[in-house]
Amino acid sequence: MPESSERGALTEAVFYILLSLYTAMHGYAIMQNVKDLSHGRVDLGAGTLYGAINTLLEKNWIRAVEGEEGSRRKEYEITELGKTVIQGELIRLGELIANGKRIAGGESK
Amino acid sequence: MIHVVRKLFWDFEKEEQWLNEMSAKGMALTHYSWCKYVFTETPKNEYTYRIELLDNVPTHPESIAYIRFLEENGVECVSSYVRWIFLRKKSSEGAFDIYTDLESKIKHFKRINTLWNSVMWLEFIVGLANILIGVTNYFNSSSSISLVNVILGGLLILLGLVFLRAGAPIRKKIRKLQQENLIRE
Repeated sequence: MPESSERGALTEAVFYILLSLYTAMHGYAIMQNVKDLSHGRVDLGAGTLYGAINTLLEKNWIRAVEGEEGSRRKEYEITELGKTVIQGELIRLGELIANGKRIAGGESK
Repeated sequence: MIHVVRKLFWDFEKEEQWLNEMSAKGMALTHYSWCKYVFTETPKNEYTYRIELLDNVPTHPESIAYIRFLEENGVECVSSYVRWIFLRKKSSEGAFDIYTDLESKIKHFKRINTLWNSVMWLEFIVGLANILIGVTNYFNSSSSISLVNVILGGLLILLGLVFLRAGAPIRKKIRKLQQENLIRE
C-alpha cells in the first residue's frame, strides 16, 4: 500500500468510527460506541454510518473480519493504513488545539 | 384494526412529519402503495418514521445489503414503492435519523432532485411531442385526432410543471446545506 496522500480534516463521523474500530465491532456497536465516546453528542444515523463504512473499506482504512460464530453481522476493524491516518489527524488536531489555546484560550470565562 | 388513508404528498419531509403525527396518535404505517397508506393501531408514539429514496430498486443486491444493515441497527423497512422505502424505529430507542451529517444529507437530497428532474423532462418531452404531432396533423388537415394530441400534450406539460415545482424546495435545501458545508461538516 502506498503512503496515504490524504490531506485535510477527517469528518467527525469518520474520526470516531476509526477510533471505535481499534477493537473489532459491527455497525450497531460502532453507533453505540461513538455515542458513548462523545457523551451522546454524536448520534450517527444508520445511512451515514453505512456510507462511511463502505468508503472506508474502499480506501482500505478498515477491513471486514469474521464475526462471532453464529452471528451474521459483519464486523470491522481498523487497518495499519487507517491507524496511520488517525496518527496524522492527531498531529493536525494537536496543532489546532495548541494554536486555539494560545490565541483564544485566555479569553474564555 | 386497520385504517386506510388516501393522500398525496409532493414533499417527502411533510409526508414523514404526517406519518409521525399519525404514529403519535397510535396509527403506525404498515404498507404504502400509490397514494394509499395502510395503518395498524399500535400504542401511541410506538415508532418514529423516516422515508428514504434509494440509489437502486429495493430488490437490487446493494439495496438488499443496505436494508439488512438497517435492520441490524433496529430499523425496520415497512414498505417500499419503486425506489422509495418507508422506515421506522421504536421511539423508545432514541432519536431516529438516517443521515446525520451534511455530506450524506446533500447526497440524499440530490438523489431526489435528480428523480424529479428526470420525471419533469420526460413529461415535457412527451408533452411537446404530442403537441407537435397534433399541430402537424392540423396543418395536414387530416383528422380530429390532432386536438386529442394537443390536449394530452398540454396536460403532460402541466404535469411537468408540477414536478418542476416539487423539486424547488429540494433545490433550496441543497443550496442551504452546501453553503453550510463550506464552513462546517
